[in-house]
Amino acid sequence: MHGVHVAPVQFRVSRHMENVIEVKNLVKKFGEVTAVDGVSFEVKKGEIFGFLGPNGAGKSTTISMLSTLAEPTSGSAAINGFDVSENRDDVRKSIGLVFQDPTLDDRLTAEENLRFHARLYGVSNEDYEKRVEEVLDLVELKDRRHDLVRTYSGGMKRRLEIGRGLIHYPAVLFLDEPTIGLDPQTRAHLWEYILRLKKEKEMTIFMTTHYMNEAEYCDRIAIIDRGKIVALETPERLKKNIGGDIIQMKSAEKEKLVREIKEKYDIGAKSGEHDIVQIEVANAETFLPRLFNELDTKINSIEMRRPTLDDVFLSLTGKRIREEHASGKDDIRAHMRMRGR
Amino acid sequence: MNFSAIYIIWEREIIRYWRDKIRIVTTFIQPLMFLAIFGTGLRSTLASSSLGIDFLKFMFPGIIAMNVMGVAFFSTISTVWDREFGFLKEILVAPVSRISIVFGKSLGATAIAATQALLLLILAPLIGLSFPLSIVPELFLFMLLLAFTISGLGLLIASLMKSLESFGLLMQLLVFPMFFLSGAFFPLQNVPGWMKILSAVNPLSYGVDALREIILRTQIAPGEIAKIILRSPVENAGYLVLFSIILIFAAVVAFNRQN
Repeated sequence: MHGVHVAPVQFRVSRHMENVIEVKNLVKKFGEVTAVDGVSFEVKKGEIFGFLGPNGAGKSTTISMLSTLAEPTSGSAAINGFDVSENRDDVRKSIGLVFQDPTLDDRLTAEENLRFHARLYGVSNEDYEKRVEEVLDLVELKDRRHDLVRTYSGGMKRRLEIGRGLIHYPAVLFLDEPTIGLDPQTRAHLWEYILRLKKEKEMTIFMTTHYMNEAEYCDRIAIIDRGKIVALETPERLKKNIGGDIIQMKSAEKEKLVREIKEKYDIGAKSGEHDIVQIEVANAETFLPRLFNELDTKINSIEMRRPTLDDVFLSLTGKRIREEHASGKDDIRAHMRMRGR
Repeated sequence: MNFSAIYIIWEREIIRYWRDKIRIVTTFIQPLMFLAIFGTGLRSTLASSSLGIDFLKFMFPGIIAMNVMGVAFFSTISTVWDREFGFLKEILVAPVSRISIVFGKSLGATAIAATQALLLLILAPLIGLSFPLSIVPELFLFMLLLAFTISGLGLLIASLMKSLESFGLLMQLLVFPMFFLSGAFFPLQNVPGWMKILSAVNPLSYGVDALREIILRTQIAPGEIAKIILRSPVENAGYLVLFSIILIFAAVVAFNRQN
């Protein structure tokens, strides 16, 4: 790891009991590249905190530092009152991790995977016997507990991983792109489990995602772009900041339309791709009739909608989050898995 | 040292081994082939008289030692698999010291390799070899010691390797020279100096020598055995312990370095 080590700020458990995660000016550099650039935030107990951003924004690097897998270049972070550089084992005991890529042993059964994990985390046999029932109940895998994991579907594996991350009763659960590679139905199903977890266990959850609609489930969202947090708010407030409703028009004469809107309503319209012109208004229902009556420029189609987090991201960073494609290595792995190794 | 963690890592290796029936069967076939084809072929051309014992009997302890090495190496491949399929991450983020991980892994490979070598002793009657059961505990001790040493080497290599392909390649490059320089096929008494040096840094040599002494001292006169044995079992044990300490230590260091 990189040697630069700035003396960590000592966090005392008593000071911010309600903060499960405290991060101050966290920086991670890989050579010349700054992956995480001075990130600060706090996560309260029982909160679902989302890290939203495109690939390469620094989400996974942040998780790596918070989970002691990578040493911060500078800055500090504390989980459950333990500093990530100073008290690694305590931090590790305090967190449950679900990685982007599966980390199950598919030659073992679900229960063997859980038992392995519990032993590694020093869960006593008695506690394990109780918790295994509880966890398998929660992720609804009780009837498949003795089956080899290789016979599981992608969604079942992810559920098992979440269950495994819980068996040592962590203070916070880290989910790194928990629904990546899953079909929409499984994804929705998985979210039911995550929300149930929050409700029944008051679990603190730190998650990363690049799916806008998933970020809406979070209590608070940090939007991260090029290693920096550009906004940190509740989803509702983030959307409110964007200024009401969105009207999108298609017109062959984009420039003319933008000029006309500016002259008549003093609204700065944005022109996008494919003849699209977009404006934000306080109330689209009353504004639309005015547009119909007063505009001279020819419009081919018109559409109104409530702002989404995608719009928020676009207005904050000037770009859209794109869906990612599986990398070559993932393809090979998937292929090898299909062949049964 | 976290014994609970060592135990569960050890147990996982055993479970995985036990589920892979094909692997169990093939590791029995290989020594049989060596004895039947290699041994019989060499016996007919080699003057067994200079060994003072039938060539197949001379080779038998070497075949067992080779099997220990093969199985121990193969078992440590699981570490490379674990990395390839992500499971290593699950182990590495756990609140467990690297030394416990290395011990769990190497003891798993040791148990598998030594147990399998023990079972190979039932092949002895096939080549007309019979020995008192009283030597079995001593044999098993050396099987364990050799397996532990080799698994340390395997883990060291596995934690240095980035991909499964390079691990396999290096193993191939290593296994055959180690095998041929171990004295399994010919006594090392009269070989040239460079070969003596190479076989001295080969941990397998000490395993072969020890197993051969223990098995063959029940077959031939004490004066005769000195011709085909280099060291006493105690000496061999000492060297193996030394090798295992160095290799396990190196494996822990290598494990620490990655991540």
